[in-house]
Amino acid sequence: MAKGISICGVSQAFGAPGDPRRVVALEDATLEIPAGELVCLIGPSGCGKSSLLDIIAGLATPAGGSVTIDGEPVRGPLPKRVSFVFQENALFPWLSVYDNILAGLAFQGAPKSERGERADAALSAVGLEAFRDHFPRQLSGGMKQRAQLARALSLQTEILLMDEPFAALDEQTRLVLGEDLSVQLARTRKTIVFVTHSLVEAVFLADRIAVFTARPGKIKTILTVDEPHPRAPSFMTSAKLTGLRNTLYELLHDEVRKAIETGAAI
Amino acid sequence: MQIVCVAAVLVAWQIGSTTGWLNPLILPPVSAVAAALGTLLQTGTVWADVAVTLFELIVAFALAAAAGLLAGFLISRSTLAVRVFDPLIAGLYAVPTILLFPLYLLFFGIGSPSKIALGATLAFFPIALSTIAGFTQVSRIYIAAARSMGASPLQLFRYVLVPDAFPVVIAGLRMGLVLGFLAILGGETLTSNAGLGHQIVTMAESLEPAKMFAYITVAFALAIALNVLTSWVETRGQTHGREQTA
Repeated sequence: MAKGISICGVSQAFGAPGDPRRVVALEDATLEIPAGELVCLIGPSGCGKSSLLDIIAGLATPAGGSVTIDGEPVRGPLPKRVSFVFQENALFPWLSVYDNILAGLAFQGAPKSERGERADAALSAVGLEAFRDHFPRQLSGGMKQRAQLARALSLQTEILLMDEPFAALDEQTRLVLGEDLSVQLARTRKTIVFVTHSLVEAVFLADRIAVFTARPGKIKTILTVDEPHPRAPSFMTSAKLTGLRNTLYELLHDEVRKAIETGAAI
Repeated sequence: MQIVCVAAVLVAWQIGSTTGWLNPLILPPVSAVAAALGTLLQTGTVWADVAVTLFELIVAFALAAAAGLLAGFLISRSTLAVRVFDPLIAGLYAVPTILLFPLYLLFFGIGSPSKIALGATLAFFPIALSTIAGFTQVSRIYIAAARSMGASPLQLFRYVLVPDAFPVVIAGLRMGLVLGFLAILGGETLTSNAGLGHQIVTMAESLEPAKMFAYITVAFALAIALNVLTSWVETRGQTHGREQTA
């Protein structure tokens, strides 16, 4: 049985069949993601990238097609295999950073004896040890996302899904967090599926980039980024990255224009 | 500053009553009220009525809270149910509950049960409405995050829904307690055989205004004590560091 995520002919729609307001967000998406790979999903707003992520996470049922992980169909959340970092701040505001991580471990059913150690390790991995007793409102945007990442890392899943986790952050913070994520990938060999609108971020992070068309989103093409992890900061200013970014831009430009003109962009 | 304002009012009242500017049958001097209050406390005659009113309030609030929280939570689980029942409950809330009092007197008599029924009825509405509001506004992202981490339905309820809904629900519970108290006092003044409201109206009818105001002061003190208690509960249970939303 091949290890990894297998996305086969997945479609997603919102609204009842026959309803004139029904929106087909995603159509016939097929993609194989081998274990240990970081794949970025990029495309115009409303093309179904986040919907696909929800389907992989078992948080939504597809209108068509199927997703399997290591050959087993995804029928609901798989907390021991898949963790999720959301675009919005999903830290529980009534808990400290440390307690947020412990809550996640409790939900997952991690043994009580391991929870403290795993929480400490996760905080250390993202550099937030000094903020363990802080509450989310006491953290900056970047710190909140790092805390979310810590919570996801503590679950020690083989797959990490990230839905525009750095979208609300300034570009400099995004770049630094992207470097950190690349280091994490090299260290843990997790399978990561990462949704982003940033061309540079996609090229810097991904092993492969799935480029989506405007709604209904289909996978238009898949770009390969042949650069080992961890990605060096120098890769950010390299001609290779610039070239790939330009290719991505050319692939996306018309799709984004189409999305704006048809009002499909959110 | 608040103490200064209250003191100023009391001083003006005392001067007005003793100089005859205010009718002492309607507004007896503050000194007379204080003396009457002292007598009530010394002889202990007030405590039996405080106990009656408090008992009615506790039972009424318990009934209203149980019904309101349960109904509110169940309604909040369905978008259709919210659309149907929320406006219905809000509409019924606008109807003066006091109109039901003659019915309650018929069913339950002039003793405590009719007051409890009235208090529970009035307290039910803000509790139910705030519970509906509290649980429907729980952020979708917290639910999704918890589910993705494997939270069971019970864990979701206990560790996500309740904490996120708490500030809104507790505000409704506070309102319910206040309204229940007012309804019970009002019911006691209309028809009853015991309680603070009963004593207030009895003293008024007996032309003993100082004693009447003494009982009013006790009712006022009870209201303040309840407010302090609910405020403490609200603050203690408030989520730490909860982000304010626009």
